Amino acid sequence: MKGSLTNTGAAVRAGAGGGRDAWVAVVQAVVFFGVVAGAWEAGSRAGWWNPVLIPSPSDIFRYIGEALGKGELQSACYVTMRRLVFGYAVGILLGIPLGLLTARFRFAANTLGVLALGLQTLPSVCWVPLSILWFHSNPEGAMLFIVVMGTLWAVLLATDHGIRQIPPIYRRAAATMGSKGFHLLWRVLLPASLPHLVSGAKQGWAFAWRSLMAAEIYVAISTGYGLGHLLHFGRELHAMDQVAAVMLVIIVIGFAADKALFSPWERFLRRRWGLTV
Amino acid sequence: MTIEDELHNAAPAKLTVDRVTKVYRGKRQDVKALDDVSLTVGEGEFVCLLGPSGCGKSTLLNLIAGLEQPDAGTLTADGELIEGPGRQRGVMFQEHALFPWLDVTQNVLFGLNLKPNLSDEDRRGVARAFLEIVGLTPFANSGIHELSGGMKQRVALARALAPNPQVLCMDEPFAALDAMTREQLYDDLQKIQQQRRKTVVFVTHNVREAVCLGDRVLLFTPRPGRIRAEFRIDLPRPRNINDVAVAQLATTITTELKRLLKAENV
Ligand SMILES: Nc1ncnc2c1ncn2[C@@H]1O[C@H](COP(=O)(O)OP(=O)(O)O)[C@@H](O)[C@H]1O
Ligand SMILES: [Mg+2]
Repeated sequence: MKGSLTNTGAAVRAGAGGGRDAWVAVVQAVVFFGVVAGAWEAGSRAGWWNPVLIPSPSDIFRYIGEALGKGELQSACYVTMRRLVFGYAVGILLGIPLGLLTARFRFAANTLGVLALGLQTLPSVCWVPLSILWFHSNPEGAMLFIVVMGTLWAVLLATDHGIRQIPPIYRRAAATMGSKGFHLLWRVLLPASLPHLVSGAKQGWAFAWRSLMAAEIYVAISTGYGLGHLLHFGRELHAMDQVAAVMLVIIVIGFAADKALFSPWERFLRRRWGLTV
Repeated sequence: MTIEDELHNAAPAKLTVDRVTKVYRGKRQDVKALDDVSLTVGEGEFVCLLGPSGCGKSTLLNLIAGLEQPDAGTLTADGELIEGPGRQRGVMFQEHALFPWLDVTQNVLFGLNLKPNLSDEDRRGVARAFLEIVGLTPFANSGIHELSGGMKQRVALARALAPNPQVLCMDEPFAALDAMTREQLYDDLQKIQQQRRKTVVFVTHNVREAVCLGDRVLLFTPRPGRIRAEFRIDLPRPRNINDVAVAQLATTITTELKRLLKAENV
């Protein structure tokens, strides 16, 4: 048995050396953005383009500094994130159980499943006019609705697909060990569809983020200014440094949230399943 | 219950299959996968179901495991009707069917976690003991995708054995492995069967494998699936697949199988 272990023990323990690769990636990215920003700044100073239309990096960072000093940017970020996280959570908490339903019951698939397929193709910005009408006295409700519409269908469809593609052998193996009902769902079906759940949640997040920005730009609001509003006011004031700065912040938050929310799951999938999503 | 009780081997069960028929209803035609099949498997006996593919071996194994229900006839384990799958009867498939979201130890723990009256510590102890038995202690925390095919089947064996079943159903568990790995597993399986005697139902289409492992070999023929002959294998253990005696007996059985298949014109 010992002999066979060393023979068959040529198990792939890949993934080492990742640390250095990561450093190379960071250095390359930093150099790239440094060069771009440097050239941009130089071009602005040399007067190659109109600084009102294309603000220089230093103008953008000056605005960010001022807005941070006034607390305006932090509060906008907070308001936006609060809306996003809440709407996203609702979308996930509805989408996963509904996806389980459509995967399990033919009737749900023929009704709700078709509805989800249809609504998923609709960019959730298209909900803005209707939701403003429906929730006219309740702008937070309108935004919540738009974010949920952005998240829900993607998550529902990913859950449905994830459950359907589970190899039947997992269920059978689990059944022979006495797993059924809730245990089967929680310990087998959901984890077995995890790769699909993660990519669905990621897609839902991207949709939610986009639709919230659209909603904040369109929906007139009295209950707190988000990043979308700062962008909107920047345009109204012809303050392109503000517009560009808010865009930068939106990019950075989207990027950081994506990393913070999904990287742990993706690392887990890579390490445990040997998958890349 | 203590870990000693748990590690103490459960008494193997006696299986009876009485006049069992199983029909799969198809769109164009029905397939009689098993036709009036009867057999008994003694406590602790190692029975091999042998035959070309499509003759209902897996169907019979699934019925014994409780994963399918017969259209006619009854199946019992120790006199009790088999009505569904349960941990008294462990199953190993040709595909390892290990859960990729769990590591090796967690896979072995899966069935144990469903057993009541055990502390988590005992469960871990049992899982460790079975990983030791199949020689995978160094890989206790590895992911499934990091293992070779043979190692995966070892984990699947440990997972099936860990809840201490009375019966072990194995459906061509080594068919997808290379010859060298397979031979190693024949040795290990015989060793394990000596330590922890189970009633084993082992499906294969490899005659030598059946002779090497089985106390008894049942020959199946297809369309409809039936048991047509049986051979008692009295060779001393442990057996080696390359032994002359094994090879000779395998030749006899192969000849008989060919004769039966020819007589049926299939
Ligand atoms: N789920 C199923 N649905 C329809 N036909 C099946 C199913 N399972 C097996 N069969 C048919 O039953 C017969 C016996 O199959 P099986 O028990 O898998 O044979 P073996 O394991 O001996 O190769 C085959 O003709 C096969 O096509
Ligand atoms: Mg088969």
